[in-house]
Amino acid sequence: MALDKSEVEKIAQLARLHISKSETDEVANRITDILALIDQMQSIDTESVEPMAHPLDAVQRLRVDEITESDHRDELQNLAPETQDGLYLVPKVIE
Amino acid sequence: MIEKTAAELSQALANGEVSSVELTRSYLDRIKKYNEELNAYITVCEESALAQAKEADKKRANSDNSPLLGVPLAHKDIFCTNGVTTTCGSRMLHNFIAPYDATVVDKFNDAGVVMLGKTNMDEFAMGSSNETSYFGPVRNPWDTNRVPGGSSGGSAAAVAADLCTMATGTDTGGSIRQPAAFCGITGFKPSYGRVSRWGMIAFASSLDQAGPLTKSAEDAALMTNVMAGLDKKDSTSIDKPVEDYTATLNDSLEGLKIGIPKQHFAEGLTADVEKGIQEALCEYEKLGASITEVDLPNNHLSVSAYYVVAPAEASANLSRYDGVRYGYRCANPVDLEDMYNRTRSEGFGEEVKRRILVGTYALSAGYYDAYYSKAQKIRRLIKNDFVETFKEVDVIIGPTSPHTAFELGAKNDPVTMYLEDIYTIAVNLAGLPAISIPAGIANGLPLGMHIVGKDFGEAKILNVAHQFQQQTDWHRQKPNFGQES
Repeated sequence: MALDKSEVEKIAQLARLHISKSETDEVANRITDILALIDQMQSIDTESVEPMAHPLDAVQRLRVDEITESDHRDELQNLAPETQDGLYLVPKVIE
Repeated sequence: MIEKTAAELSQALANGEVSSVELTRSYLDRIKKYNEELNAYITVCEESALAQAKEADKKRANSDNSPLLGVPLAHKDIFCTNGVTTTCGSRMLHNFIAPYDATVVDKFNDAGVVMLGKTNMDEFAMGSSNETSYFGPVRNPWDTNRVPGGSSGGSAAAVAADLCTMATGTDTGGSIRQPAAFCGITGFKPSYGRVSRWGMIAFASSLDQAGPLTKSAEDAALMTNVMAGLDKKDSTSIDKPVEDYTATLNDSLEGLKIGIPKQHFAEGLTADVEKGIQEALCEYEKLGASITEVDLPNNHLSVSAYYVVAPAEASANLSRYDGVRYGYRCANPVDLEDMYNRTRSEGFGEEVKRRILVGTYALSAGYYDAYYSKAQKIRRLIKNDFVETFKEVDVIIGPTSPHTAFELGAKNDPVTMYLEDIYTIAVNLAGLPAISIPAGIANGLPLGMHIVGKDFGEAKILNVAHQFQQQTDWHRQKPNFGQES
């Protein structure tokens, strides 16, 4: 399946990636090649096959719902590009 | 001393023939001398390594003879290390200093292992040549015009060039085994869930698995003894007792049933590699094993299914890099949307962006059934092929890669690069353990033999690999690089 420019722009938007106009063709071509590789899957019938999400068909282990983590706010916020009064700062969202 | 295996160094340390500080200094000197050319390390931890070595020597003096105590190792830069940069080979994390250790790192620290530094890798482990790293490509010590394989290329090159005794790696589609093959070392991927993924930066969560890169199968067993086990912090780690993987290394292979998949000896395999593997199989016959051809009819679909599952999971995992909480943030964003878009476009490299886009597409409205669900169905067919085959044989053996290491820049379109992992990828989809060991040299370059086991058959394949290494010395062969007199 060939991807056109508008589809590339749409997925880039969904993935929060900026792709410049000059790159769009190249990206579309590369992804089209990858989709051709992927489409080899369609050559066999899998109608009656159960999808496998986990290689051992394991299920999520549950634990007792209790607090196990201590407060690491300061250490974690030290990693952030910009914080203030314990909050993460981002460009203004609401006027 | 530096060329020795971890098992040998453990003995030498126990006998007092060498101290951990002396060993650590030798490796650090060697890194200083040769890393610039190989680019195997992103970060070297001289001070903390020497402190750990001193500590290990103290413990040895107090008759603590834990097997890996004081042996120097390198961690792939995908494992979070408290206080030391963890980049994952990406600009996105070029300045990221984790405030905690990954479980794997924790376990090696507890075992008294010395961490020399963090090794280079394909960005976010996405690549088969180590050329996608933000920190530049790693070079193969066997021929510095060639790639070391990927994504654990820095770990493989460092072990091969004696810039460490052993290293950790991760394997999502072949990222431990293929670089091990290209660099002439041993690389082992345990079963999915055998080793904790906590603190290991996620690429494709249903496939990722950590494992050792070493100079022998015995060393891989020693490292796996440390790494394996249930971790409550990783809900996918398996609650199953950890065996002593060294205990069965010397078991006889008399009566072992080896299956060789016809699909792995077909078109695309180079004559050199085929000859090497056939000769290796003769060694197994001498050890009393029998060899039969087996059929993995859906193997050819493994790369296709993988390139849906892995990018889909990656697109979800990598959505966390938003420039808000850690890592790279673009300069002067005009608004929030611009900050997300530019942070991610500038922070990620080409291949990572490509996979995020493929994954986003496969998961987007209207395509889920055609792609992700279909790939999961193929995944089951691939697993079923293995389950059927393992009713007849004990292990499956073939080449790790269709050819030996290729030149830098030789494979510049993504699909050609993806097909690199044609023999290794099915194993990740099925969650099985597999090892690559050196099995010959063709035109001056090492070639790897791939041994696949049943679910949690770690001990068996380590035994099968070790017995081969008792009969042959391919794993003792060294590149000329760094061998000046």
